[in-house]
Amino acid sequence: MRWLAFLRPGDWLVIACGAALVGVTLPLLWQGGFAERAIIRQDGQVFAEVDLGSRRDFSVPGPLGTTLVAIEPGRARVVADPGPRQYCVRQGWLARPGEIAICAPNRVSVQIAGRTRAYDSLSY
Amino acid sequence: MTVSVTELTVTAEDRRVAWLATAAVALSLVDAAIPSPLPGVKPGLANIVTLVVLIRYGWATAVWVSGLRVLAGSLLLGYFLAPGFFLSLTGTTLSLATLGLARHLPRRWFGPVSLSILAAFAHIGGQLLLARAWLIPHNGVFLLTPVFAAAALVFGTINGMIAAKLLAETPAAETT
Repeated sequence: MRWLAFLRPGDWLVIACGAALVGVTLPLLWQGGFAERAIIRQDGQVFAEVDLGSRRDFSVPGPLGTTLVAIEPGRARVVADPGPRQYCVRQGWLARPGEIAICAPNRVSVQIAGRTRAYDSLSY
Repeated sequence: MTVSVTELTVTAEDRRVAWLATAAVALSLVDAAIPSPLPGVKPGLANIVTLVVLIRYGWATAVWVSGLRVLAGSLLLGYFLAPGFFLSLTGTTLSLATLGLARHLPRRWFGPVSLSILAAFAHIGGQLLLARAWLIPHNGVFLLTPVFAAAALVFGTINGMIAAKLLAETPAAETT
């Protein structure tokens, strides 16, 4: 090809190094893995651990009332909560591993987990 | 007509820089018109001008042409002093610094394509770092690094080949 005549030997080296750099950074796209499971906790205890495969609804009882959690393929959310400020409801859909919605007043949390366990925080 | 008190002498070098910067600005406008799937992924056609200028007239002229392009391009497209302007400025500064170092590579082995790819990586690297430090202070910015790096590689190679073709087709004597 005529255009390839403009490439000198060193250029091929630079292209190869560039491609290697792209290859090295590629895992960043899948950091934390895919969202696979949702863990619903009530008062610190695991209430349910479900695969994000099918459509399901959970009613989680707490000290204030019932928190409604919806599971859909690849995502989960808190639909309704008796808490006063509704932070966990307004967070909307959770779809990435490590994401969590906490309904503190009713002591319910919904967390997304991937294949590998992502650390939320580390202490030394 | 009143005679101007200050006398500005325009040298041939000034005219050349102005013409080349105009060409670069025109290419930035073309760049902006091309739809992009992701903000930040652009062909960067104006870099062809920077490369040709660097190889034919030297680094100082390339700095002038690029600087004027960023300034005039942002004024024309309406993002002067907006975040995009500083991203553009950081990227251009870093890629010019890289070009300043990379032009000392042996010419026999490393052509315009090498310079173009190195400059493209420096450009996107600078933009990512500025975005992380200032616009989006969260490491999530780096999740898209592979996409940006791949774009830098592809467009850097293509722009470098276009610059090499332009350099090969126009004899040096006519333009100096």
